[in-house]
Amino acid sequence: MEWKEEGEERPLSQRPEWSDVTPVPQDDGPNPVVPIAYKDDFTETMDYFRAVYFADERSLRSLHVTAEAIHMNAGNYTVTLSNLDFDFAENLFLENEAIGRIASRVEAVVWHFRRLILEALNADLHEELNFIKKVANGNPKNYQIWHHRRWVAEKLGSDATSKELDFTKKILSLDAKNYHAWSHRQWVLQELGGWEDELDYCKQLLEDDIFNNSAWNQRYFVITKSPFLGGLEAMRESEVNYTVGAIIAKPENESPWRYLRGLYKDDAQSWVNDPQVSSVCLTVLSAKRNTVFALSTLLDLLCHGFQPSQDFINAVDALKTPDLDQSDSNLATAVCSVLGHMDPMRVNYWAWRKNKLPAQTA
Amino acid sequence: MEGQIGDLEVEKHVQYILSVEKRKDNFESVVMEHLRMNGAYWGLTTLDLLGKLDMVDEDEIISWVMECQHESGGFGGNVGHDPHILYTLSAVQVLALFDKLNVLDIDKVSNYIAGLQNEDGSFSGDMWGEIDTRFSYIAICSLSLLQRLDKINVEKAVNYIVSCKNLDGGFGCTPGAESHAGQIFCCVSALALTGSLHHVDKDLLGWWLCERQVKSGALNGRPEKLPDVCYSWWVLSSLIMIDRAHWIDKEKLIKFILDCQDKENGGISDRPDDAVDVFHTYFGVAGLAHLEYPGLKAVDPAYALPVDVVNRIFFSR
Repeated sequence: MEWKEEGEERPLSQRPEWSDVTPVPQDDGPNPVVPIAYKDDFTETMDYFRAVYFADERSLRSLHVTAEAIHMNAGNYTVTLSNLDFDFAENLFLENEAIGRIASRVEAVVWHFRRLILEALNADLHEELNFIKKVANGNPKNYQIWHHRRWVAEKLGSDATSKELDFTKKILSLDAKNYHAWSHRQWVLQELGGWEDELDYCKQLLEDDIFNNSAWNQRYFVITKSPFLGGLEAMRESEVNYTVGAIIAKPENESPWRYLRGLYKDDAQSWVNDPQVSSVCLTVLSAKRNTVFALSTLLDLLCHGFQPSQDFINAVDALKTPDLDQSDSNLATAVCSVLGHMDPMRVNYWAWRKNKLPAQTA
Repeated sequence: MEGQIGDLEVEKHVQYILSVEKRKDNFESVVMEHLRMNGAYWGLTTLDLLGKLDMVDEDEIISWVMECQHESGGFGGNVGHDPHILYTLSAVQVLALFDKLNVLDIDKVSNYIAGLQNEDGSFSGDMWGEIDTRFSYIAICSLSLLQRLDKINVEKAVNYIVSCKNLDGGFGCTPGAESHAGQIFCCVSALALTGSLHHVDKDLLGWWLCERQVKSGALNGRPEKLPDVCYSWWVLSSLIMIDRAHWIDKEKLIKFILDCQDKENGGISDRPDDAVDVFHTYFGVAGLAHLEYPGLKAVDPAYALPVDVVNRIFFSR
């Protein structure tokens, strides 16, 4: 359902199909806090919206006016935000709010009424997904849109699955770490399914950016929850192989090191005993570049009883600088010393680790 | 002087905040109009931390706050706006700053908040149903300040938060969602306020949090994301609550926050040389308070209010 009739540019007050309706102006009360100067056409649209809303008229023309209000509202803040030099991207609290709710006093009600009309008209909800897609372009952080989308998807059930996955994929192609998109995507997978290609999708995102922590998080989500993959233990071997490859490519990447540990969850002994884990540490240490996470992983292994071969001792020795205590009696304390030196920002953390070493650590 | 930590432009920031409070026609205030309640909390708490809360018209603010209350008991972002749990907490916090919680019908507000708890213990933000651990924190923080935590099912609330714990020790907005410093702050605070911090792996989470500090001394919110002054609050408060704040380099963080000031016009921005706003001004100053920058009041990491305000609520009856 197009939000505006083909070529329909006339204001609502001039359209014959609205001639029987008396528009209802906004009641700001006696002391409006901020008399926002909305554009004239938006004011008029909202006046007509109010008329059908208060009359509870759930008709096709009501549906059209909600679409107009939504589009104009989107227009209001898309235009204004482009004038602004604000950077809300990292701001958790404002993500939903500022970008999505500039005219919040009306927006939530408009979407809600639209849902009532869609139900009353028994509307084609696949079309509705298309409508939302158009509105969402440029508003990837608007909570109302995500909520409405979720409502439609729930009604359509598994029919909506591929559209929902496509929709979030599109948002993520513009911002691969968009927290709302990921949250919605996880909801879709759990409620509607569509797990089949998710691991491949994660793989693709990681090919685009191996540092994408959201993609690593999603990967974990998939391997633990997908009904097609057999669960964490079944996937462990192939995932360890994959992760080791990622680590070798970029040893300074925090995510795969944490992911590797996560593959063993509560089974620390299996993690310690997996030769691939200790071996990737040794490989990175021997290359002598970006060794911080390799060192901290080795430290964790040692704290869990890992027995290092001479190769490990030599590799850590090679990383020591002359000013360090060369006589550190065991490997674990040596690793802590090296880390305190290499990662001075966190010198207190590494000193604490050294202090806390279990008595029998190698 | 070589190596000296820079200055906090207290006067400039005070003037900046007062100007934001007053002006209603400039662009920033129009954009922020619907979340003015949050803005009031950020601005006024900053003033209090700087010892300048007496520079505002208390009566005018209190009466405006109460005008924002909806018949449901919740508060909207501004007069005539729909209620939401976000603005309800800010309203309670603003009233607490002025020691005016007594103007509230405490049961009415508490019932609104308690009514947002779901079967699984989670909280919705408003009647439209969005679920997020942010709202768990907000509900618990508000009800704790109002001393009405008994109106919710605390055990279920805690269980829901714990279900959002990830293998890196962090927390996301919903179960399985990526760990994010903002969400971590919310979850850790909520657990702290309900005596449930034993659910947190403090060593593991502490390490994740201190890894947020990047070369410049600034903090980011997730691995490989850009740093932002607001994480000075979220990461640091979380570290304080789990007794691991000494794991970050405090001097470097102080320097970063001070570099984010607009020394000409006042206010603090997300990173150096960006546009300032009252949100980042609050988090920058509150972060400095946590870092014991001289001249600032102590701030409570869980309630996000000056410590003397919190003490007044709990200890002076």
